[in-house]
Amino acid sequence: MSDTMTRPATGGGKATRPMIEVKDAHKSFGAIEVLKGIDLSVERGQIVAIIGPSGSGKSTLLRSINHLESLDRGEIWLDGVQVNAPLTGKAFERHINAVRQRMGMVFQHFNLFPHLTVMENVTLAPRLLQGLSGEAVRARAEKLLDKVGLADKAEAYPSRLSGGQKQRVAIARALAMEPKVMLFDEATSALDPELVDEVNLVMKQLAQEHMTMLIVTHEMRFAGEVADRVLFMDGGVVVEEGPPDRIFTAPKAERTRAFLRKYLRD
Amino acid sequence: MGLDFSVVPEYAHFLWIGVVWTTVLTVSAALLAFFGGILFAMIVLYAPRLLAWPTRFFVWLFMGTPLLLQLYLIYFGLSQVGIDVPALVAGIVGLGLHFAVYNADVIRAGIVAVDPGQNEGARSLGLSRAQSFRYVIIPQAVRSVTPPLGNNLIALLKDSALVSVLGVAELVHASQLAISETYRPFEFYITAAALYYLLNLLLEAGLRAVERKVEATR
Repeated sequence: MSDTMTRPATGGGKATRPMIEVKDAHKSFGAIEVLKGIDLSVERGQIVAIIGPSGSGKSTLLRSINHLESLDRGEIWLDGVQVNAPLTGKAFERHINAVRQRMGMVFQHFNLFPHLTVMENVTLAPRLLQGLSGEAVRARAEKLLDKVGLADKAEAYPSRLSGGQKQRVAIARALAMEPKVMLFDEATSALDPELVDEVNLVMKQLAQEHMTMLIVTHEMRFAGEVADRVLFMDGGVVVEEGPPDRIFTAPKAERTRAFLRKYLRD
Repeated sequence: MGLDFSVVPEYAHFLWIGVVWTTVLTVSAALLAFFGGILFAMIVLYAPRLLAWPTRFFVWLFMGTPLLLQLYLIYFGLSQVGIDVPALVAGIVGLGLHFAVYNADVIRAGIVAVDPGQNEGARSLGLSRAQSFRYVIIPQAVRSVTPPLGNNLIALLKDSALVSVLGVAELVHASQLAISETYRPFEFYITAAALYYLLNLLLEAGLRAVERKVEATR
């Protein structure tokens, strides 16, 4: 296949190629270096949770994967395609628009379009970008809204929804492009505690369907339940990573232990 | 000497001509102000510095000086250097540019005020910069800029009276012509004021209809 040829270095073809690969990512905002050389790889169907204190760089890392932040140094690969490809101007714009269509992103503050109904929020991108008929897109959106339990809200405007409902619409909107991976940037941090579960439930459902997911979260219990692997970031580096059981019960690094003590206490 | 409005009907055609020219001035200048406002806002926000900075200077100049002076400059000033602009055109250009500058500021602020997360949400789905602007940013900006643009339009209608100094027979100047024949300033100025008020009522009704349409989706 042509896409295996774009990256012969992996040699093994599709089966061994990671879905997401980050190599030596560096990023500074002014004088502050937020990413100090991050390496990360997420296999197809794998779920990786990134935890860490505020300002550790975990959100910046996630946003870099979608190129909402551009790296100063390093590479990001999505399924064999370099996200931050060495292109410029219009060529890069075309490239990144195509790449982003294969990555769903869910934001802390939902970022739903307030002037569009739930249905229009979900169908806007596929309608504009995939050249499908209105009917086909609508059918897909209905299925997705049903999946996140909001079929009856299709004609409502976002202002009529609770935070949990908004975030479920945002997930449906991202899924409508049929992405290969889903990125969650503190998807439940802005929600009232009693609304967190309904969003987590949808994410668990996606996990069962073997969606590749990268989740930045403050919910340790949720990370423990769904993640195959947990990364602990602090000060712009990955301090340690491993299966959730080990990270949560027997962390090796002192910084991880200190962070978890603080978080698991309450 | 009491007020005697019985002379007004006799000179109604003066006032009628005044209403027509005021309407022509207002509509033409408003169109120029609207599209000019969009153009200036886009340049200030998105054009390269070489274009954006002179435009910003121009905006600042037009905001910081009186409309009356701008009208004099366009009509009498240009004529001095050999460019003869008809009074009506000078009036339309002066009014139009003056309010284009105010509209540009309103539009710029309306676009900037849309939450950056909206653009990120759109771009993360793969929408291009232009698609995000067209389908996500603009519809939200339109909603917030419509009322202040409407206020500018009402101000434009009233300030069109200043064009009387160039000799355009709009409502104020037409009233003056009637007064010069009848020596009845109170009657004609009060009637002119009532006509301005009526025109504004019509305009406000129109603006409310537009605002309702814009806000229908929420």
